[in-house]
Amino acid sequence: MSQTTTAPTIGFVSKKTDVRWIPVIGLEVHCQLKTETKLFCSCRYEFGASPNTLTCPVCTAQPGALPVLNREALALAVRVAVALGANVAPRTKFDRKNYFYCDLPKGYQISQFDQPFCTGGGLTLPSGKRVRLTRIHLEEDAGKAVHDRGDMTLVDLNRAGVPLIESVTEADMQTSDEAYEYLTSLKEILQYAGASDCDMEKGSLRCDVNVSVHPEGEGWRTKVELKNLNSFKNVKDAIEHEIERQIEAYESGDKSKFPVQETRLYDATTQTTRTMRSKEDAHDYRYFPEPDLVPFHVDAAFVEQQRTMLPELAEARRARYQRDFGLSPYDAGVITGSRAVADFFEMVVKLNGNAKETANWITNGVLANLSDPTIPAKTIDELPFRPHDLAELVELVTNHTIHNNVGRTVLRTMFETGKSPKQIVKEQGLEQVSDEGQLEKWCREALVGKDKVIADVKSGKTKAVAALMGPVMKASKGSANPELVQKILLRIIQTEM
Amino acid sequence: MTQSDIDIVKKTAKLARLELGEAEAAKFGEQFGRILEAFQKLAKLDVSGVEPMTGATELSDVLRDDRAKPSLERERVLANGPKQDGEYYVVPKTVGGDA
Repeated sequence: MSQTTTAPTIGFVSKKTDVRWIPVIGLEVHCQLKTETKLFCSCRYEFGASPNTLTCPVCTAQPGALPVLNREALALAVRVAVALGANVAPRTKFDRKNYFYCDLPKGYQISQFDQPFCTGGGLTLPSGKRVRLTRIHLEEDAGKAVHDRGDMTLVDLNRAGVPLIESVTEADMQTSDEAYEYLTSLKEILQYAGASDCDMEKGSLRCDVNVSVHPEGEGWRTKVELKNLNSFKNVKDAIEHEIERQIEAYESGDKSKFPVQETRLYDATTQTTRTMRSKEDAHDYRYFPEPDLVPFHVDAAFVEQQRTMLPELAEARRARYQRDFGLSPYDAGVITGSRAVADFFEMVVKLNGNAKETANWITNGVLANLSDPTIPAKTIDELPFRPHDLAELVELVTNHTIHNNVGRTVLRTMFETGKSPKQIVKEQGLEQVSDEGQLEKWCREALVGKDKVIADVKSGKTKAVAALMGPVMKASKGSANPELVQKILLRIIQTEM
Repeated sequence: MTQSDIDIVKKTAKLARLELGEAEAAKFGEQFGRILEAFQKLAKLDVSGVEPMTGATELSDVLRDDRAKPSLERERVLANGPKQDGEYYVVPKTVGGDA
C-alpha cells in the first residue's frame, strides 16, 4: 500500500494524515445446490454440457409454463440453514425480481424478497471472529451470455433455473483475511452438508463484496459493491485494492473523488476495479409475490429431519482427530480439507485402527499422487482402489513386510493399476527380506573393496556405514530390511575385519 | 394527468426497455394516472387484521420430487428464438447486465 501501512490492530493508519481507517466488509455468496434437477422444472443441470440441451418450456419461459418447487432444493437449503445455526421460517414464499437481460428469459428471476426461508445464524472463523448472517434465500440462476464470439451475444439457457442459495452476511468483517477465512469456512460447511460443490471455477460458488472505510470512531460511510470475483484470492486482492482506493480518495480531500455508491468490476489481470454501474443506473427490481407459486410451510419435523442428515462438520472432526487420534493440527486440517478425504480416512482407520500412520499415508501419499498430473485420478472419489486396500498397505508397512520406501512404490502402482497391495508385493517380489543368511550374502558383496568405509567404521564413525546401504538395497531390489542390514554390516566390520 | 404521471410512465418504460415518444408518454401517463388513482383508493382501506394474500388460490406446499425428465431437443427449442446458430440463441450485443 502506497499511502498506508498495516497496523497491528484493526484498520490502516495513514502515513499522510495519521488517521486510522477502519474497513467494513460484508459478503453476498451465491451457491448452486447439488440437486439432480433445476429449482422449478425437471431438467437436469450439468456444468459444461452442450449449450441449450438442458432446457424445457419452464426454464425457457414458454407461455403458460408453470414452475413447481423442487423438494430436494428446499431440503438442502434447510440443511444449510441448520448447519449455520440460522432460524428456518415456518412459512416462506417466492417473489419476482424484475429486470431485463438476455440470459433471463422470463424477464424476471424467481427469488425471495420479504419472506426468505431463513434468517440469522452465522459462523465462527478459525481466528475466533464471529460473522453473523442476515439471511439466506432461495432463487433460480440465470442462463449464460457469451460476449466474446463476434459482434453478437450468444445465449445458453442450460443454467437458467438452477437452484441457488444466496447468503448475506452482516458487515462484520474488517480485513480481507477475514473475508477469505469466511469463504473458506462457508465452503467447507456447504461441502460437508452435501449441499453444494462450491467450485468457483465451475461457477457453483459466486461472491460479491460490499466495502466501505471510515475514520476510527466515526460512522460508516458509502459502501461500494465489488463483482466479478472469480477466486477466493481475487476476493482478498479486490478488497485490499478497494480499501486502498477509498482511503486515497478520501485523503485527497477532493469531494468529487470521494467513493460513491456504485457497483465496480474487478479485473484480476490489472488488479484494479472499474465502475460497472452507478446508483442512478441501479436497478429498480419492482419485487412482487410470484403468483405462479404457492406459499410453503417448513415444520419442525422437516427441520429435524435435515439436522439428522448433517454429517459431523469439519471443525468438529479436526478437534476429534487431534484429541482421539493424536494427529497434528496440520494433518487434521489437511485431512478435513474435503469431506471425501475425511470420510475415506475414517473408513481406513476403522479397518486398521492406526490413525497416525494412515494420516501420514493419506497426506504424503494419496493426496500427493492425486495432485500428480500423470495420475488420471484427480479426487478421492476417483481413486482406483478402496479404503481396505490402503488399510492393507499401511498394515504391510507397519508390520515390516515391506519397507516404507517400497510402500510408496506400491501405492504408486495401486494408482496405476488398481491392484491390491498384497498382490503387487507378491507379483513384484517386494516382500522385505529379513532372512539373515541372504542379507549377510548381500552385505559381504557390498563390503568388497570398501576399505575406507571399513576403516572409518572401525575408528568409531559408525555412521559411515550408510554408504554401504545403497549397494545392499540395490542388490536386494529394495527388499532388504534396512535395520537388519545395518546391524549385520556393523557386526561383520567390527568382529571380522 | 400530472407531470409525475408522465415521469412514472417514462421510468417504467425505461425499466421495460420500451421506447416511448412524447405523445405516447402523455397518452399512457393519463391512463396510468387513472389506474394509480384506483389503487390509491384501495390503499386507503383499513386492512389491519387482514392477513396478506400472496396468491389467488388456497393451495400451499406444492412440491415435486427431484427426478429428471428429458429436456427438449435443442433444434426444436432453439426454433422458438428469433435468431439462433444451431447451438445458441443469438441476440444483439449486450455487455454488462446483471447476474
